[in-house]
Amino acid sequence: MTSNKIIALLPYQQPFLFVDELTEISENGIIGNYTFKNEEYFYQGHFKDNPITPGVILTEVMAQIGVVCLGVYLMRNEISIENKTKIALTSQAVDFYLPVFPGDKVTVVSEKEYFRFNKLKCSVKIINEDKKLVCRGVIAGMITYN
Amino acid sequence: MEKESLITSLKRIVKPYIQDEVAFVNLTKETDFINDLKINSANLVDIVLDLEDEFDIEIDNDAMEKMLSVKDAIKIIESKLAEK
Repeated sequence: MTSNKIIALLPYQQPFLFVDELTEISENGIIGNYTFKNEEYFYQGHFKDNPITPGVILTEVMAQIGVVCLGVYLMRNEISIENKTKIALTSQAVDFYLPVFPGDKVTVVSEKEYFRFNKLKCSVKIINEDKKLVCRGVIAGMITYN
Repeated sequence: MEKESLITSLKRIVKPYIQDEVAFVNLTKETDFINDLKINSANLVDIVLDLEDEFDIEIDNDAMEKMLSVKDAIKIIESKLAEK
C-alpha cells in the first residue's frame, strides 16, 4: 500500500490535513513527515506577532501520521474509498521539548503498542530536521469504517 | 476460582476506567460497563486486555462483543478458564 493511497483514504482535508509523505510502514509502525507552511491559519493567533506551532497541532500531526495512517494500513483489507475511514481520538499524553516554527519539516516516528478490537495505541515521537526530539507521547484511537 | 474473588479482581481492574463512582460502589452482577459505570469503548478494550493478563486467557472478538455487564464478564472469564 503506497503512501499516496493511504493519504487518499484519510478523513481529513485542508486546512487540517497534516500528512505530506509516509516513508516507512509496517505492521509494527510508521514513519512520515509534514512541513508547516508559513501561512497555516493558526499562526495568525499563536502567538501575537510570534508564530509558533501550537502543541495541540503537533499532537494532531502525531495522531494523523502515527495512529490514523498506521490504522488505515492495518485495516487495508477493510477500508477503501467506498468504506470510508472513521476515527475517534480516545487518549493522548504528550511531553514537549522543542518549538516548531513556520516552514519547519517534522518527522513522526510511531511504534504500535497494540491493535485490538479496533483500538490502536501507539508510542509516537516527533523529530525535527536537526534530528532533535520535539515531543513524544502515547496516543490511542478507535478506527473503523462505514 | 470463587465467584467472589473473581468479582474482586474484576472491580480492581475496572476501577481506573469508571466515570460513575456511585454505580461502582453499588456494583452488582447486573451492572453494565457502558451504561452504568460510563466506561467508554476504548477503555473497555483496556479492561479486556487487563483481564487477559490477570487470568491468562484470550478474549476473541465474539466474546468482546458480549462483554457488556459484570455478569457477562464473569461468564466469559469462567468459560475461558474452563477451556484451559
